[in-house]
Amino acid sequence: MPLVAAMALLLTAAVAVQVVRDRGWVPYQPPNPLLWVQSGPLMQRLSVSYANLASDVYWMRAVIYYGGVRRSESSAKTYEGLYPLLDLVTTLDPHFTVAYRFGAIFLTEAYPQGPGRPDQAIQLLERAIERDGGRWDYYYDIGFVYYWWLHDYQKAAEWFLKGAERPNAATWLKPLAATTLATGGQRDTSRQLWTELLKSDMDYVHGQAEFRLKQLDAMDTISKLTPVLQRFISREHRLPQSWQELAASEHLPQIPLDPSGVPFVFDSNVGRIDVSRQSTLWPLPIDAQTPAGMPQ
Amino acid sequence: MRQVVLVAGAVFRESVRDRVPYSMVLFAVGLMAASFLISQLTAGQDLKIIKDLGLAALSLFGMLIAIFLGIGLVSKEVERKIIFGLLAKPITRAQLVIGKYAGLVATLVINLTVMTLAFYAVLAYMSYSIPAVPGRPAALDPRMLIAIVLIVAEVAVITAVALFFSTFSSPLLSAVLTLGLWVAGHFNADLRNFGDVVDSPSVAAIARGLYYTLPNLAPFDVKAEVVHGMPISLRHVVLTLLYAALYASVLLMASVAIFRRRDFK
Repeated sequence: MPLVAAMALLLTAAVAVQVVRDRGWVPYQPPNPLLWVQSGPLMQRLSVSYANLASDVYWMRAVIYYGGVRRSESSAKTYEGLYPLLDLVTTLDPHFTVAYRFGAIFLTEAYPQGPGRPDQAIQLLERAIERDGGRWDYYYDIGFVYYWWLHDYQKAAEWFLKGAERPNAATWLKPLAATTLATGGQRDTSRQLWTELLKSDMDYVHGQAEFRLKQLDAMDTISKLTPVLQRFISREHRLPQSWQELAASEHLPQIPLDPSGVPFVFDSNVGRIDVSRQSTLWPLPIDAQTPAGMPQ
Repeated sequence: MRQVVLVAGAVFRESVRDRVPYSMVLFAVGLMAASFLISQLTAGQDLKIIKDLGLAALSLFGMLIAIFLGIGLVSKEVERKIIFGLLAKPITRAQLVIGKYAGLVATLVINLTVMTLAFYAVLAYMSYSIPAVPGRPAALDPRMLIAIVLIVAEVAVITAVALFFSTFSSPLLSAVLTLGLWVAGHFNADLRNFGDVVDSPSVAAIARGLYYTLPNLAPFDVKAEVVHGMPISLRHVVLTLLYAALYASVLLMASVAIFRRRDFK
């Protein structure tokens, strides 16, 4: 009993010392993770027959890294370590489908919130085609990057067509290629793309699709509100001082809210309606139908 | 045959008393049970990672148990001089070696079975909390048993390697050599194509000879394929098991040959 009591006392003392120490000390976090081994083939050798497990560890590291940087309060976020981590994951496990597809989504997130690197996303997905049997999903994802982030509708359609020729490809890929060529940049086409992704069984892709569709809804609402604002400006030769003034003047039923429940704002510099910076939907993507600023 | 069974039974009972394999089995079971806690870090890949972790734990701990117990199978009894009493009994040296091997393999099969049950228990729990996705391997995918059977076969070969070294070297050296052969066995394929990178035909021939002589362990590793639901041909499984049986037999014969010539005075 005295021994047990002594152990309990010492352990309590150790915990107390740690609490006191931790108050004045923050472990150093380098701005970018230090990857001791950056070469996928070398890591494959080092992991012997446990390459899959090593791939999982690096995948978790990539998820934690991306989330950590995204949630940091720094204004100058860098994601330099993201692509090397994803490269390691997919070299160690070439059939890790989610790493390719989620990784591409992570990489394309617009700067400054995300890395803003659609080129790296395409590189990762092309590697997926090379290593993972050329599933049609990867072709679709590349086409999507060209469509949504690079606005290169010709290339997007080419990749959709290539994907349509793959085994078990979705039947809507060919018509989508045609629609993309004909009406690339139109919001309806974007909505169609994201609606297809909404059917994905991958939670993150499904979540992204829901988010983007809400953004498109916000853009549709802005398109409807813009003529209202234009009427006010034409009549009063100034911007309204508040939404209440505009709502009263133009007989709007209520102050317009975006799909996340936050009121829209006027951008007084360009006289344009936009989502608030406090809204989870900010910033909205730009498409061919996005109205330009109004003369004031 | 009866003497072999008696020796195997004695080895099995002694192994059961050894705390080292218990610790490893408990650790592996604990690792599998805790693996579902990582779900927050995997972006929806919990099931894949748990399967990878479970199969890796089975393979790694099976290998470690094989090495830790195998290296002392003969050398421990030589050091403690128990070997004199054993050899005085009406049992041949061949029966002693084969009996020890059989006992250790039986121990490993039991340990790996316990770990497999724990593994499937965790997966059964996951199958309730994660909905099945069409086109993806199920949580309780029976094809994982193929990987586990091949893990058992690989571990049986490693046990034979450890026993072989145990017949003539110290436990530490046996462990290092067995581990070295395990690593070499997984990179064996490089030796096969050595002729493509060297100019000397004799070096290429030596490399090819080494490829066929050293244990080729890479074909036993089908963990990635079962986790991703890729097909594994019956031909591959049967030939790999046959290879394991033949290679282990060669090592056992070599162990018997060395053990017969040893003078314990």
